[in-house]
Amino acid sequence: MALLQISEPGQSAAPHQHKLAVGIDLGTTNSLVATVRSGLSSVLIDDDGHALLPSVVRYLPDGDIDVGYSAQAAQSQDPANTIISAKRFMGRGLKDIDVSLQPYHFVDNNNEMLQIETRAGIKSPIEVSAEILKALKNRAEKSLGGELVGAVITVPAYFDDAQRQATKDAARLAGLNVLRLLNEPTAAAVAYGLDNAAEGTYVIYDLGGGTFDISVLKLSKGVFEVLATNGDSALGGDDFDRRIFCWILEQSKCKPVNAQDTRLLLTKAREAKEWLTDHASAQITSILSTGEVVNVSLSTKQFNELTQTLVAKTLAPTKKALRDASLDIEDIKGVVLVGGATRMPQIRLAVADFFKQSPLTNLDPDKIVALGAAIQANTLAGNKSGADLLLLDVIPLSLGLETMGGLVEKIIPRNATLPIARAQEFTTFKDGQTAMSIHVLQGERELVSDCRSLARFELRGIPPMVAGAARIRVTFTVDADGLLSVSAREIASNVEANIVVKPSYGLSEEQILAMLKSGFSAAEADKQARALAEAKVDAESLLEAIKNALQQDGHLLSLNEIKTIREKIDALQANIHAGAGDANSNAIIRATEALNAATENFAARRMDASVSRALAGKNLENLNL
Amino acid sequence: MAITLTETAASRVEKFLSNRGKGIGLRLGVKTTGCSGMAYTLEFVDDLNAEDMAFESHGVKVIVDPKSLAYIDGTELDFTKEGLNEGFKFNNPNVKDECGCGESFTV
Repeated sequence: MALLQISEPGQSAAPHQHKLAVGIDLGTTNSLVATVRSGLSSVLIDDDGHALLPSVVRYLPDGDIDVGYSAQAAQSQDPANTIISAKRFMGRGLKDIDVSLQPYHFVDNNNEMLQIETRAGIKSPIEVSAEILKALKNRAEKSLGGELVGAVITVPAYFDDAQRQATKDAARLAGLNVLRLLNEPTAAAVAYGLDNAAEGTYVIYDLGGGTFDISVLKLSKGVFEVLATNGDSALGGDDFDRRIFCWILEQSKCKPVNAQDTRLLLTKAREAKEWLTDHASAQITSILSTGEVVNVSLSTKQFNELTQTLVAKTLAPTKKALRDASLDIEDIKGVVLVGGATRMPQIRLAVADFFKQSPLTNLDPDKIVALGAAIQANTLAGNKSGADLLLLDVIPLSLGLETMGGLVEKIIPRNATLPIARAQEFTTFKDGQTAMSIHVLQGERELVSDCRSLARFELRGIPPMVAGAARIRVTFTVDADGLLSVSAREIASNVEANIVVKPSYGLSEEQILAMLKSGFSAAEADKQARALAEAKVDAESLLEAIKNALQQDGHLLSLNEIKTIREKIDALQANIHAGAGDANSNAIIRATEALNAATENFAARRMDASVSRALAGKNLENLNL
Repeated sequence: MAITLTETAASRVEKFLSNRGKGIGLRLGVKTTGCSGMAYTLEFVDDLNAEDMAFESHGVKVIVDPKSLAYIDGTELDFTKEGLNEGFKFNNPNVKDECGCGESFTV
């Protein structure tokens, strides 16, 4: 019979309706899948008992696809068709990466996301990642005995829109329903239950196989906000292996070794590194293909000295992240260690020393991220009672759209919690205007030219009306994964247009920071630019209205009156075209007011004329007064 | 009248309870649903109801409401692994027929 898990009180599922949900750590080097059973988060293992799935995909000559250990084993013999570290290419273009360091045949895709030519055809990083996700999905469905309702997939905190969208696309391709994308450091914090803890600021120190990431998270009201991220994309546990490898060569006075011996000695180096986690010294013995014998002993002390500089290299980005978040070491409430390399005692010591507190280490550092993602997936799938708060993220930069005069109207402010939907009404600028162009922007500045353009689309089929009469409701929706969709609807006619914003290139953390900074430092200039642009828009809309009025009802005015109005129009136009200048916006406002005053009588006379036109030939009884 | 746990099941329940950080025991029950009429429920217990019956097995408190007990009296709850899957299994002497998947039953 089916096996049952313990549910929360009152949350028992009906037969065949178990809400199976998993958390997936889609890593650069290794990936994992975890789930919550009977309230306990645990990593799911494969038939051979492995928890980790190497993030390696190999396209075989017979058309099959290998994922994991077997693909990894073939890496050196079939490098062009064995894709490793596809995560580094997600949402990236060719110009974003150093092609010379990669064994793959890249395909230039006109500045879109890069692609790789394999014997199975041209593959995008999304398709490669989808194969890894498929393998994990199969493992989960086999383990849990049913179909998954969804998954939470983790991504680095610094992943931009394009990289997140690429991850979501990979999941869709693998047939996985993404409940949410979750930041890796946030997942680690969740695994330790920090989301249930009091408010505070936490540091997540993540030293993986080949990458180092440091994140500063602030928890307030159940929301984790990423205050700062930093790291080194070319620093990880593998570098420690390489140090030992070089030391072995030095000690045994070996000549440069061939590829096979390099692999052998690197494996020995890794074993020694792992051994030294719980032992004082490691014996390294090996016979090379040349017949040379390696037999050396490495002590913890020697290992520490060898890798001192590597450990120090992680502390520089750590300091920088704290500085970016404007925090001192005393402000940090807890430090979480993530990644297998943080098992090394010298790392734990260095971190404890730096933060003047012992880091949290009781969970397996390789599994933390997946465990946290599984806890979040379990909550999102509805297996917990409503009292449990959902974890939220915030939006890093304001989102808005272009209005007349090249100004940005912010619709969703920065730091708003996700998911969020905000709507605002806009109107037409010209009489009889039947289309409106919607330009979606991201950034803190006031002018379109200073913000980042995300998308443009047009709302067509607006019924012709006088300027200002149409009501166009523009709605910005950002889902829980930070992806934006924008829709515009004319309220009277219900014509609608919308767009899902899928930028081909996202922003890096540096770009976000730079944009934030320029938003603050340029505040005064922005204010002036906005004032000028607004004055111009007001002036032009008045000019447009008066021009139409003169055409229609010019006969109501004497020649003299027309002359006065023309003079004011010319004066205003001269001011509008006078170019940018601080004083200019005031001059335009004054000229606009003058024109307004000069046409007041005209407006009153037009009103009378139109009333008498409307009433002409009607009895008092016919009027609905 | 009694409900029992195997030793394995009891130790798993204890582990899950301590991981959860709260809860006084394990509730076994029966719901009228499913393709064969009845389905088992298995839940953590935070609050007792007035009519609840309590048993103790290997140090774990087992709670059953009297209506459910009529269908599952004599049940031994086990924890087993089947391939990659693992979970709890009801060995219920009252069952006459089960649906193919074993998730629901008739008595």
